[in-house]
Amino acid sequence: MPKDGGIGASSKRREDVRFLTGRGRYTDDINLNNQTYAWFLRSEVAHGTINAIDTSAAEAMDGVVKVFTARDFEGVGGVPCGWQVTDRFGNPMKEPKHPVLAEGKVRHVGDPIAVVVAESEAQARDAAEAIAVDITELPAVMDMKAALADGATKVHDDLDDNLCYDWGFVEENREAVDAAIAEAAHVTTLELTNNRLVANPMEPRVAVGDFNPGTEDYTLYTTSQNPHVIRLLMGAFVLGIPEHKLRVIAPDVGGGFGSKIYHYAEEAFVTFASAQVRRPVKWTSTRSEAFISDAHGRDHVTKIELAMDADHNFTALRCDTYANMGAYLSTFAPSIPTWLHGTLLAGNYRTPLIYTNVKAVFTTTTPVDAYRGAGRPEATFQLERVIDKAARELGVDPAELRRKNFIKPEEFPYQTPVAVVYDTGNYHATLDKGLEMAGVDTFEARCAESAANGKLRGLGIAHFIEACGIAPSNLVGQLGARAGLYESATVRVNATGSISVMTGSHSHGQGHETAFPQVVAEMLGIDEGMVEVVHGDTANTPMGMGTYGSRSIAVGGSAMVRATEKIINKAKKIAAHLLEASEADIELADGQFSVAGTDKSVAWGDVTLAAYVPHNYPLEDIEPGLEETAFYDPSNFTYPSGAYICEVEVDPDTGKVEVLGFTAADDFGNVINPMIVEGQVHGGVAQGIGQALLENCAYDENGQLLSGSYMDYTMPRADDLPMFEVDHSCITPCTHNPLGVKGCGEAGAIGSPPAVVNAVIDALHRGGHTHVTHIDMPLTPSRVWAAINGQ
Amino acid sequence: MTSVTITVNGQSRSGDVEGRTLLSTFLRDQLTLTGTHVGCDTSQCGACVVHVDGEAVKACSVLAADVDGAEITTIEGMANADGSLGVIQQAFQDHHGLQCGFCTPGMVMSAAALLKENPKPTEAEVRHYLEGNICRCTGYHNIVKAIMAASGQDVAPPMAAE
Ligand code: FES
Ligand code: FES
Repeated sequence: MPKDGGIGASSKRREDVRFLTGRGRYTDDINLNNQTYAWFLRSEVAHGTINAIDTSAAEAMDGVVKVFTARDFEGVGGVPCGWQVTDRFGNPMKEPKHPVLAEGKVRHVGDPIAVVVAESEAQARDAAEAIAVDITELPAVMDMKAALADGATKVHDDLDDNLCYDWGFVEENREAVDAAIAEAAHVTTLELTNNRLVANPMEPRVAVGDFNPGTEDYTLYTTSQNPHVIRLLMGAFVLGIPEHKLRVIAPDVGGGFGSKIYHYAEEAFVTFASAQVRRPVKWTSTRSEAFISDAHGRDHVTKIELAMDADHNFTALRCDTYANMGAYLSTFAPSIPTWLHGTLLAGNYRTPLIYTNVKAVFTTTTPVDAYRGAGRPEATFQLERVIDKAARELGVDPAELRRKNFIKPEEFPYQTPVAVVYDTGNYHATLDKGLEMAGVDTFEARCAESAANGKLRGLGIAHFIEACGIAPSNLVGQLGARAGLYESATVRVNATGSISVMTGSHSHGQGHETAFPQVVAEMLGIDEGMVEVVHGDTANTPMGMGTYGSRSIAVGGSAMVRATEKIINKAKKIAAHLLEASEADIELADGQFSVAGTDKSVAWGDVTLAAYVPHNYPLEDIEPGLEETAFYDPSNFTYPSGAYICEVEVDPDTGKVEVLGFTAADDFGNVINPMIVEGQVHGGVAQGIGQALLENCAYDENGQLLSGSYMDYTMPRADDLPMFEVDHSCITPCTHNPLGVKGCGEAGAIGSPPAVVNAVIDALHRGGHTHVTHIDMPLTPSRVWAAINGQ
Repeated sequence: MTSVTITVNGQSRSGDVEGRTLLSTFLRDQLTLTGTHVGCDTSQCGACVVHVDGEAVKACSVLAADVDGAEITTIEGMANADGSLGVIQQAFQDHHGLQCGFCTPGMVMSAAALLKENPKPTEAEVRHYLEGNICRCTGYHNIVKAIMAASGQDVAPPMAAE
């Protein structure tokens, strides 16, 4: 029987009602009294020296309140980076200043030079066009390898070169890996690019700064996945505003996918400018602006080598990656190609020796940071592509080669050679489940059908692992994180028994308002409608780290469980007093406290009322009230895994790829709301198919963005995608968090790109085009056609 | 400035607009009907779809001054008279056809226009019709299901735990 509430029920989302009736409250829906509007004048060139900025004509225009340039930001900090990577020689990464507005130089198309604040957005925009900027253009720095050559143009004049860091992991394994590769019976090598992407949440970024001259408090409304992180970074590092004078509110947020984690210059600008002009300042990004100012994702160039013995056991793996940082270091950028990538290179396999070298490079492009999956898709893509290539070279079934090298179910917990310990998993089960769901036994018949129509059919498998819920604070601190990664929750039980849960997690589509109450209601045995989630406002939620890295239920949910446990403990003491029984005898079930073995009981509502009207109350033992806070710091990452299987049809005459079927068999541990989990997988898979076939953030050699709008950047549309087959019935619960959950937000985007590419290569091979061993994403018709035709 | 009067969701509303003011801006900023969203500046995303005289129109591609006198329906006008969710809205909730909700108003308005002209569309027809509406969250799977369900056709319910 499907449950109709609590953990495991597909409860309908309560937040949907406001979204479906136009009553959501997104940041751009907020308009404050006496508000002004900001318009950013951005660099049109990738690289140049600013000789002069003449704002006089703009200042004289109708409605203009003030024009800002870097000069107004003297004494203001740069936009900080939240993660310091140490290179393989023990030196800290290079960390150039990222000014709020360009100081003397512009370093990418979109770098903000000046801002007009005016009475209306139209007036601000008009005035920005009247600002005269004299720029001497410098050569763009685009190709990562060329950027590291001697004498290359430098993005940052005060640095020695364009290398941010040269990182090795596990550095002690470097020589052993090389030796194992040299000795191997077979080595498969693959060079590939993980294409640069733009996250493109449908809601563009918006920020409204509101300085209150009476109290000297600042409020920032912003499209953020983590308002407390913005408060900390902006308050402490950029503007010098202490937390108690700065409130950050991220109301309804229209998707993030990583791009709304970071602290952006525009947020600091509106907050600062509001105090300068003594009025609220609002900035709304256009989509065109989003393409050049939201942090981009991926953009790795990699060579991967997989060594095997004569029995096809993996013996060593080496990966050399160039990772594009863009012009400045975005908040988490340095961690993506390193700790979120290198530690995942064991994948699901027993490879004993692994070494990765990562060179992070500054270029004159928009900063690059996490995008759904962040480092883990890059690791999975290389690994699952090189394994597929190896299977083809060895003439073995790609599923068999994987099975042979999988970590076995009985080997958990499993210490990988790349630092992390997988707590649980059963990769054989998910692979078998996926293959069964995808109907592989009848695949040959479908191939014949396609062949009869002049098409080539192919099947691609990928099996992924990810590290989610990031992660133990002391560990990430050692790895360079400048923040803790716990999560928090306050459970406030009201006098009549209803509950407000204040969480540091943030929902921007994930359905926390529905799923979180399912957990609390289950624990207390009450109706989930009695529990309401409060999130997104630093003024009324405990300090939390927000939502990314598939961490909300695994870390935020665990904090909520811990706080609810404290509530239960205290409520039992109150119940014991009311029932004149011993606390040890009190049981809680279905919202009733009862004395074990008797028919004496007291209802939840009576206990909560007693807590706030403590007339008959153990005042000598416990305080009145019923409100508890917990901070939960996980002891390990969680490790979701799964088998993704893609079936495609390729038209050999045009190179067009059609995705005919897509299967995802995931192990997410326990699942709170299956409907929401499946929705997360659907969305992630769509983004992964988008990366594999459609999406590409392309620059020309002068640093001009070629794909700067939806006319050029190919977002997946409804008719590009099939219905998906998804399953999460293979469950190995996480052993180190109270819910046994692993997280599901990024899986789809991690597992799907290699499945799609493997399927296309399979189709081409079945069609006799065996010379094609790899095609770089996105696999557009022209690229596939060129590969078929040897061009 | 030009004076514009339109009937929105059955109510007559007026305002003064510049020649360049888009219908989407007029609805959101002057009439405070913020359910109509703006997701792009190239008329590609469909977050802004409203009905103008019964036709689905991208409100970011129309000048407010050009719709003087028109009858306009926005997402705020799609619920039943008693305030409960309309059939399409209810199907979106039942089938989890939305996550962040940003594309949703446009999706619902497009779906309503589709079902008016094609009351029993095939899955392929639904996908084709949604060409002008981008959703980044759902992968469209549940949006398509919701629209099929709203048209009275059988679709499997969202998976429930055992
Ligand atoms: S805002 Fe109208 S189509 Fe994007
Ligand atoms: S629900 Fe977020 S864009 Fe569609």
